[in-house]
Amino acid sequence: MGKKKEKKEINEKVDVEAVEIEDDTWWWLTHKGIGATFLCISVFALLVRVAVSLHPYSGAGSPPKFGDYEAQRHWMEITLNLPVLEWYRNSTGNDLSYWGLDYPPLTAYQSYFHGLFLRFFDPDSVSLFTSRGYETYVGCHSSRKNDCAWHIAMLLLNPCLILIDHGHFQYNCISLGLTVAAIAAILSQRELLASCLFTLALSHKQMSVYYAPAFFSHLLGKCLRRKNPIHGVAKLGLTVLGTFTVVWWPYLHSTDALLGVLSRLAPFERGIYEDYVANFWCTSSVIIKWKRLFSVHSLKFISLTATVLTCLPSMVQQVMAPSSRGFLYGLLNSSFAFYLFSFQVHEKSILLPLLPASLLALEERRPFKWLMFYGLFSMFPLLCRDKLVLPYFALHALFMLLYHAPCGHGGRPRNARPNNTKFDYFDSFKTFMNGFIYLSSFILHIVYLTMHPPEKFPYLFEAIIMLICFYQFALLAFYTNVKQWSLLEHSTTEEEKKLI
Amino acid sequence: MESSSSTPQLLWFFAIAACVKLLLIPAYYSTDFEVHRHWLALTHSLPLSNWYADETSPWTLDYPPFFACFERFLSIFAHYIDPQIVDLHNGLNYRANSAIYFLRISVILSDLWLLYGVYRLTKNADVKRRYLIWVLIVWSPALVIVDHLHFQYNGFLLGWLLLSISFLQEGKDLMGGFLFAVLLCFKHLFAVAAPVYFVYLLRHYCWKGLVRGFSRLSVLGAVVVAVFAAAYGPFLYHGQIQQVFNRMFPFGRGLCHAYWAPNFWVFYIILDKVFSFFLKKFGFSIQIPAASFTGGLVGDSSPFAVLPKISPSTTLIMVLLALSPCFIKAWTNPQPRMVARWIAYAYTCGFLFGWHVHEKASLHFVIPLAIVAVQSLEDAKHYFMLSIVSCYSLFPLLYEAQEYPIKVLLLLLHSILMWLGFSTKFTRASAPNTTVTAKKKGAQSKSIESSSPAAEKGGFTIGWVGKSYLLGLLLVEIWGQFLHPYLLGDKFPFVPLMLISTYCAFGIMYSWIWQLRCIISTA
Repeated sequence: MGKKKEKKEINEKVDVEAVEIEDDTWWWLTHKGIGATFLCISVFALLVRVAVSLHPYSGAGSPPKFGDYEAQRHWMEITLNLPVLEWYRNSTGNDLSYWGLDYPPLTAYQSYFHGLFLRFFDPDSVSLFTSRGYETYVGCHSSRKNDCAWHIAMLLLNPCLILIDHGHFQYNCISLGLTVAAIAAILSQRELLASCLFTLALSHKQMSVYYAPAFFSHLLGKCLRRKNPIHGVAKLGLTVLGTFTVVWWPYLHSTDALLGVLSRLAPFERGIYEDYVANFWCTSSVIIKWKRLFSVHSLKFISLTATVLTCLPSMVQQVMAPSSRGFLYGLLNSSFAFYLFSFQVHEKSILLPLLPASLLALEERRPFKWLMFYGLFSMFPLLCRDKLVLPYFALHALFMLLYHAPCGHGGRPRNARPNNTKFDYFDSFKTFMNGFIYLSSFILHIVYLTMHPPEKFPYLFEAIIMLICFYQFALLAFYTNVKQWSLLEHSTTEEEKKLI
Repeated sequence: MESSSSTPQLLWFFAIAACVKLLLIPAYYSTDFEVHRHWLALTHSLPLSNWYADETSPWTLDYPPFFACFERFLSIFAHYIDPQIVDLHNGLNYRANSAIYFLRISVILSDLWLLYGVYRLTKNADVKRRYLIWVLIVWSPALVIVDHLHFQYNGFLLGWLLLSISFLQEGKDLMGGFLFAVLLCFKHLFAVAAPVYFVYLLRHYCWKGLVRGFSRLSVLGAVVVAVFAAAYGPFLYHGQIQQVFNRMFPFGRGLCHAYWAPNFWVFYIILDKVFSFFLKKFGFSIQIPAASFTGGLVGDSSPFAVLPKISPSTTLIMVLLALSPCFIKAWTNPQPRMVARWIAYAYTCGFLFGWHVHEKASLHFVIPLAIVAVQSLEDAKHYFMLSIVSCYSLFPLLYEAQEYPIKVLLLLLHSILMWLGFSTKFTRASAPNTTVTAKKKGAQSKSIESSSPAAEKGGFTIGWVGKSYLLGLLLVEIWGQFLHPYLLGDKFPFVPLMLISTYCAFGIMYSWIWQLRCIISTA
């Protein structure tokens, strides 16, 4: 009797499960636990990355300076064949005007190891001087293989960063991966580890400084809440200094060497903007000719002030009320501030706000999709120059498809309640504007590819793209700042409740 | 209601696959690319009467007329995009981006026909099965490797086959037969399953009493004849039929392709070599044959040193012998739900015992078997192994280094998806059984919560034999890719390929025996 009853209970439970399962069509992918899903998605992401590697890279076959791929190869050549102290110095062996190293030492060490690996397979590709413009197959292929090996941290996130790293060719994934690890450490309350990892990220690419205000303010806020804030700050400071010392060791013996490296990292002479990046200075230069009105020195000061001012609200919020969610918003806001107002920003820097946006993707679905769409759009001219149009469209389509996976979470949150009982003019206007801008962006893609700009304005299309993207980025930055600031009100009301 | 919501989802699966295929456009393509480009030019520039007679390029038309018409249809668009693609003389070896993009995208779009076949097959299945079959067919790595990298139009052709099977499964035999006849006029290689179709249709459709049966037989016969007439009629009219058949059945080829397909003849050849080696050692005088396995038939001489010579008719007899249990079953008990199994079995036999088989022919039975794979746990386990082995046997088609990670990752991804999909499908089914057996074994009284993990263990698992075979596959790959070049350098370059053929042949033989057993043991 007991057996029958238990069997019946099992059958009922199975039936109940069956009903639940039918609703969720992706149950088969996730039922074996997060490990299997992660593995599956990672392998697919790897496949997509390898496929993109088949396409042309920046500067393929175009002398005399080629492109970013040649830069990476050249750095391997330099780091293998010259002593450490010479890496950043202009000398007969190392002509800095031909793709001189302009990233911090960790990138240099990484190039060294890659160079060792490459030398084993194809020594000619890294021999000093004679290998300039060396474009064989093996070099290309094995460099990208190395790139793949560092990707585990990025795999759960969107595959659109693939275009820069695997298409255009860079190693952003390493510094971004280290940053993600640092963020993970912060979210799991391991602050010393987080500071160490972030310092490493900074030492790999100086662009990681976009996140520095968020890290700084969050950790400071956390320390201030402890019983002994000085102790906490001191510990963190020592970790940071210690990590810096270890990485920069070869250059610390004299201020000259250090300044030499630092001057390579911050090329102020290149001006406040280059090309057509969708940030404030470049966009407003249509009306206000910054380069003509001010000197480089004053522009440095102006941009610094502007960046700091825009970072300030999010920093203040985090110091006053540090939280995990606030931290993620803080990362997004500080990277936006830097992207929009900093000196010498490159289009590729949109990767930096994209990272925290993807981490926040579950909460901010539509903004994430917008940011991705316009981020990709802002890079479109660059990718066209690199002949990466096909991967651009394929990856964009892939992203949109995955975002809108059937019965997935794309677009509509699961428990969305339709609360538009009254006809809201503002909402409908917003929808109309969004739709209009989406449509015009789409048309612009085609126009850019097929039509020639008028003689008088050869960069008309790039300028229009830049304007649209800047407008969207500014809106998003404003929205996320407001969101982060509103977290402060929530936390203060909660604190009041606790006190009561 | 379910089928209406499934179309967008199916299209989503297709779109994802299409994005990946688009990314693969600049990858390696084989000479088949030039073959198809030339056929576009041929059918566009020349009148019908010259299609099978033209000698401008060594890549002569060797598919039946409907495929030539398909190429003609595509050439209209090709001409519009870039006239040089379809230029007979100036287009030879034309490698411009327009040609590559056009041909690659034409394959991607022709896969829509495969999609339609899959849609018809799965529109009445439950959600789990439907998704699984979509994953198995629409995202098949073997199809990507052969169609979108190596370059062929198998997706389009398999679409016809799947459509035909779907109609047969619904009991609409006339339509099924018609579609199969059309398929035969696209690619005659599919004719291996024709005997099975014949027996099944005769028994199931026509065996309905004297008058009705006979009228049905004549209708069926008329339909088939009409299809063939539409295809070959124009050539008969131009007096070209002999030339057409010469092109379609070139007998100048050997028993095996240059890279041995993993079929029965691999064992036969190896056995012959082993025998000749040992017999020589024991003092017998064995002559090294002049003919080769892959070259043409050189008069009457045999490429075999010890074992008897194999001729095309021998292979035909062997195929028919292997098929005979299937004929008997189809005759005695023609059930629509067994049709897919029989047809897949027919192509398996054709693959194993046929003359000059290409390894790509494994697609012909692996894709239809996907329909069968979701029916039971045993079928799933069998399909898991077969799919991996047949995909791996296609690896030598892509021999360049830059495609290596792609083919490995495709296979790996597909295996993971299969494993996940099958283990979900076959976990709940075994839940009640395992808890009952656990109780019978006298285990302590388990709560219902703890019985669920036990239920999952009883689901989709591979035994130690299967696991060691897969491990062996990995070892074969490691040897071929890394150890062989490292240890032996350039010596014996054929050994890795031989190893792959032989090892995969074991797997495919196992599949054949398993399918045979399955067919015989069904009621």
